[in-house]
Amino acid sequence: MIPEIGHFALILALSLAVCQSVLPMIGAQRNDAALMSIARTAAYGQFLFVAISFACLTWAFAHDDFSVLYVANHSQLSLPAGYKISAVWSAHEGSLLMWILILAAWTMAVARFTSEVPDILRSRVIGVLGFLSVGFLLFALLTSNPFERLIPAALDGADLNPLLQDPGLAIHPPLLYIGYVGFSVAFAFAIAAMIGGDLDQNWARWTRPWTVVAWLFLTLGIALGSWWAYYELGWGGWWFWDAVENASFMPWLIGTALIHSLAVTERRGLFKSWTLLLSISAFSLSLLGTFLVRSGIIVSVHAFATDPTRGFFILGFLGVVVIGALALYAWRAPSLDSNVGFSLLSRETFLLLNNVLLVVATILVLMGTLAPLVVEMLNGGKISIGPPWFEVAFMVPMIPLVLLLGLGMHTAWRKQSKDPWIRLLRTPVIVAVIIGIVLPLMFYGRVSLLLVVGCAAAAWIVISSLIQPIRSWRRKQGATAITRSALGMSIAHLGMGLFVIGVTIVSAFGVESDRAMRPGETLEVAGFAFELREVRDVQGPNYTAIEGVVEVRRDGEFIAMVRPQKRQYLVQKNWMTEAGIHPTWNKDLFIALGDQLGNDTWSVRIQYKPMISFIWIGCFIMALGGLVTVSDRRYRKSAS
Amino acid sequence: MKPRQQRMLAVGLALSGVAIAAALTFRAFDENMMFFVEISDVLAGEYPQERNFRIGGLVVEDSIAREEGSLAMTFRVTDMRCEVGVEYVGVLPDLFREGQGVVAHGRMGGEGIFVADKILAKHDENYMAPEVAESLAQHVDEQLQPLYEGSTECNSG
Repeated sequence: MIPEIGHFALILALSLAVCQSVLPMIGAQRNDAALMSIARTAAYGQFLFVAISFACLTWAFAHDDFSVLYVANHSQLSLPAGYKISAVWSAHEGSLLMWILILAAWTMAVARFTSEVPDILRSRVIGVLGFLSVGFLLFALLTSNPFERLIPAALDGADLNPLLQDPGLAIHPPLLYIGYVGFSVAFAFAIAAMIGGDLDQNWARWTRPWTVVAWLFLTLGIALGSWWAYYELGWGGWWFWDAVENASFMPWLIGTALIHSLAVTERRGLFKSWTLLLSISAFSLSLLGTFLVRSGIIVSVHAFATDPTRGFFILGFLGVVVIGALALYAWRAPSLDSNVGFSLLSRETFLLLNNVLLVVATILVLMGTLAPLVVEMLNGGKISIGPPWFEVAFMVPMIPLVLLLGLGMHTAWRKQSKDPWIRLLRTPVIVAVIIGIVLPLMFYGRVSLLLVVGCAAAAWIVISSLIQPIRSWRRKQGATAITRSALGMSIAHLGMGLFVIGVTIVSAFGVESDRAMRPGETLEVAGFAFELREVRDVQGPNYTAIEGVVEVRRDGEFIAMVRPQKRQYLVQKNWMTEAGIHPTWNKDLFIALGDQLGNDTWSVRIQYKPMISFIWIGCFIMALGGLVTVSDRRYRKSAS
Repeated sequence: MKPRQQRMLAVGLALSGVAIAAALTFRAFDENMMFFVEISDVLAGEYPQERNFRIGGLVVEDSIAREEGSLAMTFRVTDMRCEVGVEYVGVLPDLFREGQGVVAHGRMGGEGIFVADKILAKHDENYMAPEVAESLAQHVDEQLQPLYEGSTECNSG
């Protein structure tokens, strides 16, 4: 009964979404207040019914209702209660429902927090969001109904994939989706502005906080996914340039460009059509990502098990959205741009470069991701592109980007006069270069050109993002108090600097060693002694495990006892590596237990990962910067 | 220099920077592109000679052998028609098992053995890399059709 209610609620949500996508649009066209006022109500109603539907599916999981096919496939009686809930979004159908729920939640938030936005614009924004909801609800109802029954019911479920039985992965998809789907708001604002043929600086001020919030969730989601891959996939990498990872990374890159371009549009009324194009692209890339992940056309370790009709549906929807949006753009955007000049040395120039470089980076990632598809379609054989390519290609636009970042932050809008600019930045540049040479030499005893570039760039970003906050903090009484949005920018850039340090140091000085080891044996890796004390059997709630007990010492001094495991989950019988990690702020010691090699010997992977925590700390601080930015007074005014 | 010349110089520098970057990117692309080669083609000698490529299929039952206490191992991979021996030194992925699908990256060594530097088995036991699935399905079909009999023999020379 409950699953049928869920299914029915989803159908009702679809009818409301249809109303929400059509009526307010007509109302806005005719300036009919009654029709426009439907937008809000429909948005609230749609959210309510999607939430009921989601709650029904969750109920089915919580009560082990194995007469529901999706539950039977992805849960199991002895699964811990928390994972029964997160199992709701562990596979295609449920995660699609969560996607829809999040879209409805964003729509409701737009309906609620846009009292400053004129009715006509708001109605159109909600209408566009309604159209997107219709697409996804149809997708769920026609191809991916999570409430499909299994008759006769299964006695027990097939269990949740053990890799997903992890707190990191329980919250990774929701965060990622909040980010992905959040770009739909910027998209809707862009479409609404183009339909209305009117785009001013207020438009950018209204759009910007929504975009920043979406961006910050996407940042957190990606960082969490990378962290999960690091400790849960068991082999110590943190980014694999896998097609699915790239699918989440491309919207992030374009979203980052969009935030910066919105800043120019808001402050100076420039880059309007560019901002529109980025708004369209960010969400289109989110859809493309969904398509790549769920259609199974791309080889990926993360791909969902799939069915081709789903691929066709999303591809069709993607086509409608992208072609429609671009056609509207081609028709309307040229009339929107205003002609205001700016001099060569101005913040506008730097933000333009930022955008160009981020777009180039996105195109390179897109090329690498789609190349296997294109080559196969041209009968060129089945190829794959190795991560080293992405590393090289990505670095090409990123190095100038991080170097220019610090300059741009200290450049005035419109026109910056040269002398004070050079006076301000001369010392930080010199200091950064010195740090870039000294830091790796001092702590790691080795230096190379790339290393100097990386460390100097990181130091440069950190120093230059601290200049403004420190100055304003020093002369607190003065009138030059830093605004929240400027502070947010500094914090986000600081996070970027820490991220660059982490990446540079861990890729240059990380040590990885695969060895065969017997109990009692000691191995030396990166100056640490790892002694395998014993290998024993342990029992978990729904798995049994073989556990290695490894004592780590440095110069004879005890550092830590690390316990890597190999788990066998009772239902699916899969073996899974649970790495043992000893994390400290400036390094991780990572041990994974491999197979038994016979003769009481085990294969062991030992890794030394200096500064790796800075990668995730950096991402977290970037997201924090976004949060500080949206708390700026000028956005709160529009929110209340 | 006049401002005009300055601007030309800046544009020139930027363009050459872009050109160098593009050249680097394309070279790296070529170096890191890896072909998937069917096992029958491998046995027929039709594979890239001077670079790494990928093969995939099922790990043949009872074919895993290793020196006791060492990371070095060998096994055989089949595409349901032909088999090739694989040599690998290192830690294996969790889902590596006899009878399961694998993808191996590497190149041919002497004596017709594929020397792998990376072994991939997928996260999900129900998931198989599309190219492997395709290659297997094709050969299973062929075995079901006696018409194809002539072509199912392995060219192991």
